[in-house]
Amino acid sequence: MWDYTDKVKEHFLNPRNVGEITDADAVGEVGSLACGDALKLFIKLDENKERIVDAKFQTFGCGSAIASSSALTEMVKGKTLDEALEITNQQIADFLGGLPEEKMHCSVMGQEALEVAIAKYRGVEAPAHGHGHDHVESEGELVCKCFGLTDVFLKKVIASNKLTTAEQVTHFTKAGGACGGCIPKIKELIAEVLGEEKKAAVEKPAKLTNLRKMQLIQETLENEVRPQLWADGGDLELIDIDGSNVQVAFRKACAGCASSGYTARFVEQKLRELVSPDITVQEVQG
Amino acid sequence: MREIYLDNNATTKVDERVFEEMRPYFCELYGNPSSMHFFGGQVQKKVDEARARVASLLGALPDEIVFTACGTESDNAAIRSALEVFPEKRHIITSRVEHPAVLTQCRNLSKRGYRVTELNVDGNGQLDLSELERLVDEDTAIVSLMYANNETGVIFPIEEAAKIVKKKGALFHTDAVQAVGKIPLNMAESAIDMLSLSGHKLHAPKGVGVLYVRRGTPFRPMLVGGHQERGRRAGTENTASIIAMGKACQLAEQYMADEAGRVREMRDRLERELTALIPNTRINGGGTERLPNTLSIAMEFVEGEGILLLLSEKGICASSGSACTSGSLEPSHVLRAMGVPFTCAHGSIRFSLSRFTTDDDIDAVIEALPPIISRLRAMSPFGREFLNK
Ligand code: FES
Repeated sequence: MWDYTDKVKEHFLNPRNVGEITDADAVGEVGSLACGDALKLFIKLDENKERIVDAKFQTFGCGSAIASSSALTEMVKGKTLDEALEITNQQIADFLGGLPEEKMHCSVMGQEALEVAIAKYRGVEAPAHGHGHDHVESEGELVCKCFGLTDVFLKKVIASNKLTTAEQVTHFTKAGGACGGCIPKIKELIAEVLGEEKKAAVEKPAKLTNLRKMQLIQETLENEVRPQLWADGGDLELIDIDGSNVQVAFRKACAGCASSGYTARFVEQKLRELVSPDITVQEVQG
Repeated sequence: MREIYLDNNATTKVDERVFEEMRPYFCELYGNPSSMHFFGGQVQKKVDEARARVASLLGALPDEIVFTACGTESDNAAIRSALEVFPEKRHIITSRVEHPAVLTQCRNLSKRGYRVTELNVDGNGQLDLSELERLVDEDTAIVSLMYANNETGVIFPIEEAAKIVKKKGALFHTDAVQAVGKIPLNMAESAIDMLSLSGHKLHAPKGVGVLYVRRGTPFRPMLVGGHQERGRRAGTENTASIIAMGKACQLAEQYMADEAGRVREMRDRLERELTALIPNTRINGGGTERLPNTLSIAMEFVEGEGILLLLSEKGICASSGSACTSGSLEPSHVLRAMGVPFTCAHGSIRFSLSRFTTDDDIDAVIEALPPIISRLRAMSPFGREFLNK
């Protein structure tokens, strides 16, 4: 049984705003019977067509799909369309006190339906998820045939939720959850998104404050460098940071390893790449 | 809230009599049956008695019974053994609707160079024996087909299948985890070489299983070490659980008539009432022979997890053929293989009864389920479209 929060249970057992709005200003529909979940979202605007005064939904899906839809309709009321568009799937999940990771796709579906509804209202092309029956040609290339999801959509979800494994992508979007044929492509997309983020990170560090620089050095060592050393049975410890001079001590297999000089250069190169080009790394006994 | 447990194909309650039988073998009679002294000897006697009881239920001989840790181990051991016994043969036949204990293993083996054929089933979940006949050949080491399906209860024509397979010189294994104790089996008059069962499906505890290995069947153990189980499975016996298994089999023998009669009647009543009260339903596997305790009912335009959660609010425990509960996203592989339409497969619920099920339990479901389905259909974008037509 899933470990649902009380808030999820409460919204599942007593969903708010179930039904349809016959004179809705905007309607967004995503998902399908075949996918196992679908959501139809109705939105009503005030006289000036500015703020959302009412929202209702119909959902075919599991407990968290119903709870996510209920949460979404509560969240959008009183917002302008632009404000509503800012709502992320994470916020929907947070509103419910969290969702099991395997069920995050339910929150993504809510956000998608909202985007589709607003895009249709504004007469612009519906955003690309491909997922669903309702919208015309979606941009991007179809990646997951089973659930009809495009690369553009998947990359967006990967980036905004900082996903790093194909399994997570499945939990958030369902892509890869059926035949699995698209998993290699999903892995490529993750690598692409990570690559772009890294590039962005490299372009950024124009002026780092000292504090930020120290933080970045530590993060880079923890996330990029040490895991690689662990893989070879080694490790390092950060001893001191003095301006751009970083002092490290090697541990385990790296300690006293003949090629530790080489390893120090590798660390230096990583830090230059990801933090700042003027970094020097010094090996100390500590 | 009274709990109404209708998920017996997942696991069963340990029968109190089974528990009483095993209880002394933890803190008092804790000897090792392999020991030479009297203290171990008395445990050995009790293990022998359990072996005889299991054998009796199966119509087998005591020395054909190998105690294992679970049904999964039994399935794995049978298939692995056959491949070692026939190193020159590279072909395995199974079906698309097997339990993962068989299916996952076969799929892994196919990555290691074995040719694996998964037999199809028809809309009722039934096998086509002529397909089996066509596909089994000299290269086939083992055919592994389940006796009865855990989701739909559909019973395969296992004896016929075994005969076909034996003619071609391959070994025949059946995963009978759901069948044992519910329908009569008689190994003495069977062509089956190996058969798996599991304790916790017949009111023994979890953590004990059996592999039946017909006398004369070549066998290579998966676990090696000591000489337990006549060299077919090393490792100190899980004595208390084995003793429980023996008692559970003895009771199952007594209760078989109850399954065939009272339990089946309750299941049939549940099926009749639900189909009458809920429009747009179908019975998965309804057109073929099924276990007396299992009902898999598909309800269009609703999703299984929602149904289960609402049933659970009423104290009713069932299981769904939909994927959302298991974390995978497709409807169950069994329903998919049967070609159950997506509109139904996502909304399939399994009720599985046991000797402890009462008429009150059945009444409670008949009362609770129809309003749950109407409620969810009213919420569903599809339910409305279709039902208003
Ligand atoms: S193509 Fe993505 S799961 Fe089948």
